[in-house]
Amino acid sequence: MWARAFSYWMASYRRIWRGSLVSGFLNPVLFLAAMGIGLGALVDNGSAGGVQGVTYLTFLAPGILAAQAMQTAVFESTFPVLGAVKWQRQYHAMLAAPLGVPDLVVGHLVFVAMRVAITSTAFLLITVAFGAIGSWWAVLTLPVAVLTGLAFAAPVFALAARQDGPGGFNMLFRFIIMPMFLFSGTFFPVEQLPAALELVAMVTPLWHAVELCRGLALETMTMVPALGHVAYLLLWVGAGLWLALASFRKRLVL
Amino acid sequence: MNAAQRVARTVPIPAGAGMARALVERNVRAYKHGWITLLSGFFEPIFYLFSLGVGLGALIGEIDAGGGRAVAYASFVAPALMASAAMNGAVFDSTFNVFFKLKYQKLYDSVLSTPLGPRDVAVGEIGWALIRGLLYSTVFLFVAAVSGAVESWWGLLAVPAATLIGFAFAAVGMALTTFMRTWQDFEYVNLAILPMFLFSATFFPLATYPGVLQWVVQATPLYHGVALTRELMLGDIGSGILVHVLYLAVMGLAGVIASAHRVERLLLR
Amino acid sequence: MAPHPVDRPLISAHQLTKQFGDFTAVGGIDFEVRAGEAFGFLGPNGAGKSSTMRMIGCVSPPSAGTLRILGLDPAADGPQIRGRLGVVPQRDTLDEELTVRENILVYGRYFGLPRSVVRERAAELLDFAQLTDRADSIVEPLSGGMKRRLTIARSLVNNPELLLLDEPTTGLDPQARHVLWDRLFRLKRSGVTLVLTTHYMDEAEQLCDRLVVMDGGRIVAEGSPRQLIAEHATREVLELRFPADDHAAYAVKLDGLVPRIEVLPDRLLLYTEDGDTTAKAVHDRGLAPLSVLARRSTLEDVFLHLTGRTLID
Repeated sequence: MWARAFSYWMASYRRIWRGSLVSGFLNPVLFLAAMGIGLGALVDNGSAGGVQGVTYLTFLAPGILAAQAMQTAVFESTFPVLGAVKWQRQYHAMLAAPLGVPDLVVGHLVFVAMRVAITSTAFLLITVAFGAIGSWWAVLTLPVAVLTGLAFAAPVFALAARQDGPGGFNMLFRFIIMPMFLFSGTFFPVEQLPAALELVAMVTPLWHAVELCRGLALETMTMVPALGHVAYLLLWVGAGLWLALASFRKRLVL
Repeated sequence: MNAAQRVARTVPIPAGAGMARALVERNVRAYKHGWITLLSGFFEPIFYLFSLGVGLGALIGEIDAGGGRAVAYASFVAPALMASAAMNGAVFDSTFNVFFKLKYQKLYDSVLSTPLGPRDVAVGEIGWALIRGLLYSTVFLFVAAVSGAVESWWGLLAVPAATLIGFAFAAVGMALTTFMRTWQDFEYVNLAILPMFLFSATFFPLATYPGVLQWVVQATPLYHGVALTRELMLGDIGSGILVHVLYLAVMGLAGVIASAHRVERLLLR
Repeated sequence: MAPHPVDRPLISAHQLTKQFGDFTAVGGIDFEVRAGEAFGFLGPNGAGKSSTMRMIGCVSPPSAGTLRILGLDPAADGPQIRGRLGVVPQRDTLDEELTVRENILVYGRYFGLPRSVVRERAAELLDFAQLTDRADSIVEPLSGGMKRRLTIARSLVNNPELLLLDEPTTGLDPQARHVLWDRLFRLKRSGVTLVLTTHYMDEAEQLCDRLVVMDGGRIVAEGSPRQLIAEHATREVLELRFPADDHAAYAVKLDGLVPRIEVLPDRLLLYTEDGDTTAKAVHDRGLAPLSVLARRSTLEDVFLHLTGRTLID
């Protein structure tokens, strides 16, 4: 049954996909060009001469891939979910049809995963064109990106279904997503941070996602840490899903 | 058309009652309810400063800030972040917020049925964007100074400089907003803002760009904002500063006049 | 502010016209509004009422003709005139980012009133609008009737000499309408000149001393509600419903019974001085309507007579 909820979101996406090209695709490309190439020239000529023995562009590209998966997923899980609860009320319409709460949540999450998969694939092709990624192992960053997207989307679904207005989203973006984007290893290794903050960074799901993507793209990942990262992300998906189901039931059924 | 109407059409500035401050007062009151949003706006540029200036800065070390002078990367990037934050804040206020008030809340319809005129609306909204910008810039400059990213006492003038940047972008942003029809049109705002944020000699020096692109970069308004703020915070004072100031001032004035005209055309039909 | 001479009208319009491109919203109308009266524009949607109100409110320059408000020219003295008007727009334009009280406070500041004066006025007006206990709530959750009362309270903050109300009760439930009418009566008694538009007959009859009927951008009749009914309708109306779709066929059978019959899709209207006598006459012709209703004539009948159409489609 969740497939019916999914196909609703796909149908509405087909009407607006052009607009999402800019935010979902062009933005990370511009970031990669500015940071990887422009700023990269400074880093590569800097005191350390690159990062972890590779050029800055090579270091940065997998980080942005993971961060973009996070941002796409969070964006798709905030306003669209609140809108479907409160303004356009698509969820109410779906519940009136014979769909249950799990169908709504799973159907919509699969759609978010789909969006993440599309933007990540496009971005990966661009990084290859930039010469930033050359390993075939990098193909595995796509399932990692989707997993990352779900690890963020599921808990944010739970949060969004409890909101009454966009105020809480501003807080989420400014105090959680933006700091994660800037400090979880995307732009520089977390070892640069003071020890206490380094530990905080390592708790964030984004750090695990960045480590996985970077390890695959640079061919430095080994099996045991990889499984650890995946397990940690799966934990977020599972806990988030459980919270999301509870939030949705509370908001829509009770 | 009588004489008075003819005069009103010839003078390029639409009517107002000199009451723009009443609209500023309204915005201050509205923000008291959303103060936490106001507060949260302080943090974004500061997060950027620590991420790029401190975290990434350690990998970069010192860079050439022009004229063979080497400065820490944090000192190089801090003014750029201050200027970009002034632009982002002003654009957000004058596009999203104004669009909401114009199309959904119908705020200006009720304002214009009082003695206030279109000029008051334009001046009031842009003035409010400036006040917010002034607050943010002051806090940012303080944090930057404390973290050692300000090299000169001239840096104090970076606050009025950031306010001027806010003025230029708020005015043009508001004028453009009056042409927008749906929220989808805001993609175009992002399409203009993000490349400027990334490529206006913000994160790396102008000399890094290939020759032709240097000309393009120098034509953008944010370039002048960044250069102005950077020259002040590095204490690198020269006549070039006047060019930056003039560019931004002209842009702002043109924006105010255009905004007032557009508000008049849209609402006083 | 000089007191307005009593003998001069508060508003006078001559050949007032409003065009939007090729479309003529208001096609050269003449009217005068005198101090202390309640003056109405009655007409269906699209008749040109709101365009006229916007011109009076000095937020829409006339395309042609002359308009004087409080003896001043809107084109030259817009801000000065607006400072003496109260405006209740068709759609509430309350400030949803502010509380109920702040809506009045802030609006008063738009008129340049000192803070202390505005605070005092706000307290009085909240009381007048029966909103004192909601003063510090935000606007969004208020009911439609409360929002409307707040809009009216807000429009009174500058002690206006002239209050413009564009469809003051459209979209409200009957009880909320009566509360609102009561408030408007009080204002009228206290000497405020009211100018209102409406497409509700009962509202026009309740509130207006004098009104003009507008249709297609023109004025088709003018007078007090009683005068208009006397001139353009009979004392009573008999409404008949028949068990068929084609009421016109029945109209033929009733030919000659009364001076005028209107055929509507679902009923016949027979204009008569005495509804009961006419009803008997209908039965005498061997007709058996599904329902028979004798009532007094209203402005609805006036409008139907003048334009051949009903007010609300």
